Amino acid sequence: MTKELLTLRVNGEARTVAAEPHHTLLEVLREELGLTGTKHGCELGECGACTVLVDGAPVLSCLTLPVAIGDADVTTVEGLARGAELHPLQTAFAEEGAAQCGYCTPGMLMAAKALLDENGHPTRAEIAQAISGNLCRCTGYTAIYEAVEKAAKSV
Amino acid sequence: MTYDYHEPREVAEALHLLVKHGEDAHLIAGGTATVLLLRQGLIRPGHVISLRAIGALSGIGRAPDGGLRIGATATHRQAERSADVRALSPALTNAFASVATVRIRNQATVGGSLAHADPAQDPPPMLAALGAAVTIVSPRGARSIAVEDLAVDHFTTTLAGDEIITEVIVPPLAPGTRATYVKFLPRTADDYATVSVAAAMRLADGAVADARIVLGAVGPTPIRARAAEAALAGAKPSRERLAQAAALVRDEVDPLDDLRGSAEYKREMARVWTERALLALVEA
Repeated sequence: MTKELLTLRVNGEARTVAAEPHHTLLEVLREELGLTGTKHGCELGECGACTVLVDGAPVLSCLTLPVAIGDADVTTVEGLARGAELHPLQTAFAEEGAAQCGYCTPGMLMAAKALLDENGHPTRAEIAQAISGNLCRCTGYTAIYEAVEKAAKSV
Repeated sequence: MTYDYHEPREVAEALHLLVKHGEDAHLIAGGTATVLLLRQGLIRPGHVISLRAIGALSGIGRAPDGGLRIGATATHRQAERSADVRALSPALTNAFASVATVRIRNQATVGGSLAHADPAQDPPPMLAALGAAVTIVSPRGARSIAVEDLAVDHFTTTLAGDEIITEVIVPPLAPGTRATYVKFLPRTADDYATVSVAAAMRLADGAVADARIVLGAVGPTPIRARAAEAALAGAKPSRERLAQAAALVRDEVDPLDDLRGSAEYKREMARVWTERALLALVEA
């Protein structure tokens, strides 16, 4: 199987990788670029664990072909913090106990970032809409809603 | 599993590639269906032809006759947010907004979902109830087919292997037309419906001048409830008459037993939700 050279803009940097053409964006991010923050969940487009932003819009990297990204900006959870300074969402998730096992957290953070970038003061219903389908099996979601609300106050 | 990936910029080039590679080719637009089928090994094409770079297939706008043109590669999210879609029919906006999650809506395209023909999708019943048609091109030229007639079975359409959906055309609605889309979701908000009902109705002089009812997720394709429509035609839309018409959908749907309920339960829910949809139209 032949790999092809592909240039992606990830977290503000142009990254050229050799990838097999049938690999998904999720696989290229994790296996070729070492960005393992984005998680493999269901790989069926149902759990939201692999959520990344493409030109600011949340998409499922497990159902995205990297060749179809072109020169769009991809943002992963690794792109949230500025050096040692966490994004307000990350701080709020930590403070509110919104992450337990943590597996859904990168997808939750990216879904929430897309929401707050568009709507700085979301209602509880709007938060629920935005993370609908981002499955968490530990927290029961309330702590996640509270963390997003807390972050909204400081973004 | 590997394939050559093509990204034509013109429809003619895409058609050329489709003809050249025949059954070894598969189209992709948003990818939410095609990538899944590829990953599951359900399709094994040697050539994947993307429609995403063909500008002529994108965009949403009002047609000169007051109707709507939705480009095949417009995403569900674009349709959900389109002022033109909302101006024509807020119920159509609601059908697009009801699809899965915002992530799926950001990726999945309107034309792609119609070609995929999953019978549980939200927009097809509403598009059919509004009398929408798709434009399809092939090397033989262009043709138009009603959305209602596009799907013929589970995941099966009348599309030939060398045909591409280019746009969806929603005609202008007759003045006074009301429409609604309701979706019964007993489990989670991002699930497929147990049953969904799209209905459009026009009243004239206190009687039903025109009614269209199309149900989703309760058959191999969206199901047009013609018996229920006929029971309403020309009638005063009393609560009793709406209930009688809704009761007829029980025998018009063809659901399967699954996690979302038994076939018998879905028949009953089809009746209940059709009645609710009709009441909402009359009482609006």
